[in-house]
Amino acid sequence: MMHNLIAMLLSPKVFTGLTQVGVASLLVLATVMISYWGRVAIGKETAVSMVRGFVQIVIVGIVLIVIMDTTIFLGYVALAFMIVFAAVLSKRRAQGLPHATRISLTAIGVGSGVTVLIMIFTGVIAPNISTMIPVGSMIIAAAMRTNSLTLNRFRAEIEAHVGQIEAGLALGAPPSTVVQPYVRNTVQAGIIPAVDTLRSLGIVFIPGLASGMLLAGANPIYAAEYQFAAIAMLFAASTLTSLIAGLMLRGTIFSPAEQLVLRP
Amino acid sequence: MDWEELRRSRATRSDGDVMLEVRQLTRFVADKPIVENVSFAVRRGETLALVGPSGAGKSSLLRMLNRLDEPSSGTVLLEGVDYTTLSPRDLRRRVGMVMQQAYLFPGTVAENVAFGPASRGESVSAERVRELLERVNLAGYEQRDIGRLSGGEAQRVSLARTLMNDPHVLLLDEPTSALDEDTRFGVEELIQEIARERNLTSILVTHDMDQAARMATRVAVLEAGTLRQIGPAEEVLKTRDA
Repeated sequence: MMHNLIAMLLSPKVFTGLTQVGVASLLVLATVMISYWGRVAIGKETAVSMVRGFVQIVIVGIVLIVIMDTTIFLGYVALAFMIVFAAVLSKRRAQGLPHATRISLTAIGVGSGVTVLIMIFTGVIAPNISTMIPVGSMIIAAAMRTNSLTLNRFRAEIEAHVGQIEAGLALGAPPSTVVQPYVRNTVQAGIIPAVDTLRSLGIVFIPGLASGMLLAGANPIYAAEYQFAAIAMLFAASTLTSLIAGLMLRGTIFSPAEQLVLRP
Repeated sequence: MDWEELRRSRATRSDGDVMLEVRQLTRFVADKPIVENVSFAVRRGETLALVGPSGAGKSSLLRMLNRLDEPSSGTVLLEGVDYTTLSPRDLRRRVGMVMQQAYLFPGTVAENVAFGPASRGESVSAERVRELLERVNLAGYEQRDIGRLSGGEAQRVSLARTLMNDPHVLLLDEPTSALDEDTRFGVEELIQEIARERNLTSILVTHDMDQAARMATRVAVLEAGTLRQIGPAEEVLKTRDA
């Protein structure tokens, strides 16, 4: 295993990849400079995210080499780790929302976990680490994006409708009824990226999975079919995540005496 | 259990004429007292105006009376029943509130008027909605979208929506302050007429002393969260003028 790892790290491909990373980074640097020129300060966050993203993906590559030929159990552990990390990252979008960590962990965990498990047991995802990790991570990432959007939108919806919500409570209405329109708006907004991805599939873009399969010489029709299955999985995971997050959030913004506790 | 039964079984005091009794109500926000040790009683059919400068705690006090905000200490008795022993929904249907803005829900006027009972799964007859709209001078407005209402009309719908619950007490949080002068007097008169017809107990928050004089039987003055003075409207307002 160690021999494999060293051989892969010293491969000429790795050096070619570093050149490509350099060129892509220059492009990002250029956009950061343009942002400064336009007085939109995105420099620090972009630089940190870029370095962090590069280090993370290289580490994951190394971990994949190490665990590739081991037991499938490690694949499940890696996915569980990704879910926890996604929840921690996502909850940062939830300033002021109570129980954001618990909600993010449940929504992303159930949304992506259920989808991945169903796909593994039905054979859509091959039960081996080299398939489980990349496809699973794609689904977890989609669930994370959806969860962040849902948290963010929920707070905005509630803060914009404090008057209507309290008017409803003052009429003796149950909190779940009063907040229902805003939960619906939140869930609908949360799945916009997933819906757009489904709509534009093949026309606006050919996603990475199909591109990779085509580059590896797979049958283009099979590559397209498999890509559709993957996007459908993303859609299912996103919808489930957004629904769970929306329904859980609904219960957290009221006190036991049915008072709205989230204020701008 | 209907209200009379509930009142008989839970009332901790027996003065049948007192509708609402506020007992040492206090609320702290971020360790700062917003309302401090306020006590008073309001009798059946009476209108009490809460007046005082901005930030005196008038609206904060009012919001505690139907538990939209939680007191840090103290309590409120509704017809002798400690309001913490009632479910918030039961309390709020009996202690109705008209806010500064109408805050109507998207949809038709009829849907808004029926909202309270409908949200609790109770049946609402079209006839009752029609009667209430007639009473607030909005006959024939049932199917009108709320986006097509003027400010005064919206506030009348808000009043009808509150009355649909048949409240015993009406909390009025500057209900006319967002309206122009002509509309303001119309809504003010309407509230007074309905309160008289139904023998409603009302508590009005206002910064307008003339409105307090027109509408209230008694006036309570709040300053920095504490009750400075309470008494017959004429008497209190005369000392304020002096």
